[in-house]
Amino acid sequence: MSIFLKKTKKLEIQIDEYLDLVIKGGLIFKLGIKCYLENQHEAFENYLKELRDIEEKADDLRRNIEVKLYTRTLIPESRGDVLGLMESCDKVLNITTETLLEFSVEIPILFPQLKSDFLDIAESSIACLENTVSGIRSYFKNIDAVRDYVTKVQFYRKETNKIAEKIKRTIFRTEYELSQKIHTRYFTFHIERIAEQSEDVCDRLSIAIIKRFE
Amino acid sequence: MDISIWFFISSGLFLGWSLGANHAVNVFGTAVVSKMVRFRTAAIIAGIFVILGSFISGSGTTKTLTELGGINAIAGSFTVALAVAISITVMTKAQLPVSTSQAVIGGIIGWNIFTGSPTDYNSLSKIILSWIISPVLAGLFGFILYKIVKRYLKIWKIHLLEIDSYTRIGLIIIGALASYSLGANNIANVMGMFASAPLFNEINISGLFSISGVQQLYLLGGLAIAIGIITYGRNVMETVGKDLYKISPITGLIVVTAEFLVLTLFTSTELESLLLKLNLPTIPLVPLSTTQAFIGAILGVGLAKDPLSINFRVFGKISLGWIIAPLSAGIITFILLFFVQNVFEQKVINPVPYEISKSVVQKLKEKNIDTSNLTDLIGKRFYNKKIFRQELLSKSKFDNDQIFAIFQYAIVDSFRVDSVAAKNVLSTNQFSSSQINHLKTFHGISYSHKHDLESDLFSDSSLWEITGNKIADKSILEKKLLIENLFRIKEKNNSSIK
Repeated sequence: MSIFLKKTKKLEIQIDEYLDLVIKGGLIFKLGIKCYLENQHEAFENYLKELRDIEEKADDLRRNIEVKLYTRTLIPESRGDVLGLMESCDKVLNITTETLLEFSVEIPILFPQLKSDFLDIAESSIACLENTVSGIRSYFKNIDAVRDYVTKVQFYRKETNKIAEKIKRTIFRTEYELSQKIHTRYFTFHIERIAEQSEDVCDRLSIAIIKRFE
Repeated sequence: MDISIWFFISSGLFLGWSLGANHAVNVFGTAVVSKMVRFRTAAIIAGIFVILGSFISGSGTTKTLTELGGINAIAGSFTVALAVAISITVMTKAQLPVSTSQAVIGGIIGWNIFTGSPTDYNSLSKIILSWIISPVLAGLFGFILYKIVKRYLKIWKIHLLEIDSYTRIGLIIIGALASYSLGANNIANVMGMFASAPLFNEINISGLFSISGVQQLYLLGGLAIAIGIITYGRNVMETVGKDLYKISPITGLIVVTAEFLVLTLFTSTELESLLLKLNLPTIPLVPLSTTQAFIGAILGVGLAKDPLSINFRVFGKISLGWIIAPLSAGIITFILLFFVQNVFEQKVINPVPYEISKSVVQKLKEKNIDTSNLTDLIGKRFYNKKIFRQELLSKSKFDNDQIFAIFQYAIVDSFRVDSVAAKNVLSTNQFSSSQINHLKTFHGISYSHKHDLESDLFSDSSLWEITGNKIADKSILEKKLLIENLFRIKEKNNSSIK
């Protein structure tokens, strides 16, 4: 029996490790944006590299978990939900990495007056991601707490939208080139997507907890 | 060994197979349907434990079913087993879980009607009542257990994967235990009818242990049940699991736990003895059916979770099956008995003599049965139940209970008290010397009615007193049974009969 539980414990640890990587990815994203805004390009590139490594590791770990869940026919009732949650969570991490990569590739000119807004939008969208991860953790252990995290994610998503709107309104009321304005809007949209995708994960989570309550 | 015996046993094996096919759902249905245990794994575990249960604990099982009628000819047993097996197989084909005891009861009543044997309506009503009590009790247990589990799962905050592991382990353990008790409790239904036929010789394995003929028979029956589970168990599982109510792993575990708990608490004489030994209050024992307990538990859990999630149409279909199973078994038995007796010229009943003696009349008077018209029958022997019944009814309008009582008292048995046997056998069985000495005073006396023997041998109430203490009373009843069997003579020699 202990061998049986040992394997389960190992898988639990792997799921936790995966979620840790997602959290870490979010934190690195924030630091990366900060470095970019402060023109610390070398540090920014280092963070990007670290984020890409994390994404790769998280991908491997997720696949490993999925294979174990299927081959050992674990949690047959919730398996679909768990895999769906992990995959959509992975998508958030992918968006985070892609966004930072696009900063590196396209080197957008972010106007100084928008610096604090960009820091805020990064903070807010990563707060969405962090609360989503906490919600997923609670889904496994403390189902009552999931609702609180879902509410927080919805709150931060709205905040992100507000900040994004503010940035767009500000930029389109300046005398800069249209191409620059559109470029800035594009990057705002990308950061906003982290929050949007986090909310999608939470929508799945809300349905999954109803099933678990059954 | 007569080769025809194997032919007769084949119907018992068929019954075993159909029982396995129909009852697999009760032990591992929820585990398989909720995808927690693979069908193959479940079938192997269930098969092994059913065989162990039949072999180890099966011999001790005495069923209330025997009270309903005593099928005493092997062709009769063959026919009843065949009819019951056909009835259960049809139900299995229709993917409906039915209780074997229900079908067996139908078969026995069919035999009773065909042979003119009276049916004990008292026992029958008790059994029918159990068909209602079983699902109600299990449903109640299921409902309460679900509420408790749901509450504590939230408080304990166990990881989903750990819950999964515990549930899986629980389903396997409870499934194995339930399989064991399925074998132990039902083997008598399957093979009990053939137990009296001398089929197998005792096998002694290098002086370490021996396997009696009955144990070998039960082992064979257990094997038949196991094959039934493995080859056809999946079908009924799917009806209950998918159609009646969608079962999740935890609810699956709660269902089998509720079923197992109810059956253990309310039917286990071992538990009763343990509670008595510990001076704890006992739980009243009621005969319960596994299938009904299982369906009841599903309904209980379903009601606790969401009443709307239960498919009451399927439940109605299953309940209808519970009425159809005994009825069809009874009708098929009756028809088959007709053919077996008249076309194949097989003896479906061994004639048992009935005689109304003065002591019988006295006993009937004590039961407030009008015996004024029975005096003509005193001393007359009847070898045919139907003729005896007709004769009785021509004398007076007896109701079924009275007819049953007259049959019970009038049956001719044969006993002779033997002081040597009493001394040799009984002294080793915790009989007191005064009890043995009292028995010795009746040495050489023969009795043709059981109640005559009882009223003489057990007349001294100080030696055989029923006190109300369950352990002591049980021991007294066992002792009385031992004495009766000791003094019973197989070849009826009625010289010097009292």
